[in-house]
Amino acid sequence: MTYERRIDGRKFDEIRPMEAKVGVIKRADGSAMFRFGNTIAYAAVYGPRNLYPKFLQDPAQGILRCYYNMMPFSSSGERVRPGGSRRSKEISMVTEKALKTVLNLKEYPNSVVDVFIELPQTEAGSRCAGICAASMALADAGLIMKDMVSAISVGRVDDKVVVDLDYSEESYDGIVADIPIAYLPTLGKITLLQMDGIVPKKMLIDALQQGIKACQKISEVQKKALKQKYVLEGVEDVQ
Amino acid sequence: MVEVKVKDKDIVVPGEILADGMGYVPGVGTYREGEAIVSERVGVVSIDGRAIKLIPLSGRYLPKRGDTILCQVVDVTMNGWRLETNSAYQAMLSLKEATSEFIARGADLRKFYDLGDYLVCKVSNVTSQMLVDVMMKGPGLRKLNGGRVISVNCNKVPRIIGKHGSMVSLIKEASGCQIIVGQNGLVWMQGNPEGELLAVRTIRMIETESHITGLTNRIKDFLEKTTGKTLEIRMEQ
Repeated sequence: MTYERRIDGRKFDEIRPMEAKVGVIKRADGSAMFRFGNTIAYAAVYGPRNLYPKFLQDPAQGILRCYYNMMPFSSSGERVRPGGSRRSKEISMVTEKALKTVLNLKEYPNSVVDVFIELPQTEAGSRCAGICAASMALADAGLIMKDMVSAISVGRVDDKVVVDLDYSEESYDGIVADIPIAYLPTLGKITLLQMDGIVPKKMLIDALQQGIKACQKISEVQKKALKQKYVLEGVEDVQ
Repeated sequence: MVEVKVKDKDIVVPGEILADGMGYVPGVGTYREGEAIVSERVGVVSIDGRAIKLIPLSGRYLPKRGDTILCQVVDVTMNGWRLETNSAYQAMLSLKEATSEFIARGADLRKFYDLGDYLVCKVSNVTSQMLVDVMMKGPGLRKLNGGRVISVNCNKVPRIIGKHGSMVSLIKEASGCQIIVGQNGLVWMQGNPEGELLAVRTIRMIETESHITGLTNRIKDFLEKTTGKTLEIRMEQ
């Protein structure tokens, strides 16, 4: 069986339409929205702020806590049971690990940076959208970070390597592998790599290379959105 | 090959390459990666001779020795007060440094500064583990009565104060309010209600527009238009 055309008509290396916005939650220290097609993620960052109970504090550096949450109405059809689950706990953890490597919290001992990721609508690739939004929100919160983090899922559908799988491809009736990756565009490092499915070595390498290319495109969107926050309409710039 | 990839006053995001080559040195908010200088936060580029640094646009306040800050009393202890500083850390105001008044042994400390009171104090010491000590002996350090307190982005405090206090005195004159700006991003103001509202509006305007040049004149025009007074940009001594 071969996968000739993608179900939604995209090219094999084409990302779903992206949208990014910074400063969407006014009361948070930093916030951002990121969208891949029908997957929307909002991230809010609070902190560094004081951390209790005290035994959680780390006197060497500040800690990072991530919360990933899908809203009850976010999936297509079935109601997502609200509250934490085994899945959300795992994704929270990998998100935290993907973001922690770029952050420098040495100047904030005994404190915490909280990242809340909420998904009002999902259609595959939600952890990647979450990481993209969270990295923008952390930058918006003015934290010291070595690089931005961009994330995308790549994979295979039958004999084709595809970028940014949507739900119809994830549940395709054939051999499918889904590989979410997070990438630091300037430093050229991968901070998240998971895989669900079976993929031969050659395809995996090809998929990762395409994923890295896609992440570079995503990082441009993220950068533009961060700068857009400081462009004000109707204020004259007198040089 | 030495090459600067950004201009002065450009807004950059983390991970952006600012310059390539060893001809420049990384300043605050930047780091060196190989031969390149890379930004590590959202900020405005400032090229100062051979140094490239960033002026931050956002971020929480981090207590620094010598800062004058506005704090709220959150707890009273045996030997002083614990204060909320609008940062990740609380500050201690010890009995000795609190007031020039005489405090009798065993006196109820809440008679001096009660829970919820706002104080103007100076950061006297900060340790590596961010234990913060503040004092209240000095000119202008006092308890605040009445008025209102708003929270602003602490990175914009220098813009709200202006060169030698020119901006804040402009607002004081236009609104008829007393204003105290803490380095930690808390601003206290007291005057008639209309004046206070005008001061809040002006400060919010500075907060959103401060990275665009010509700020002082824009604020002056705005204040003149709303109050009908003629104002003058003056430096405070």
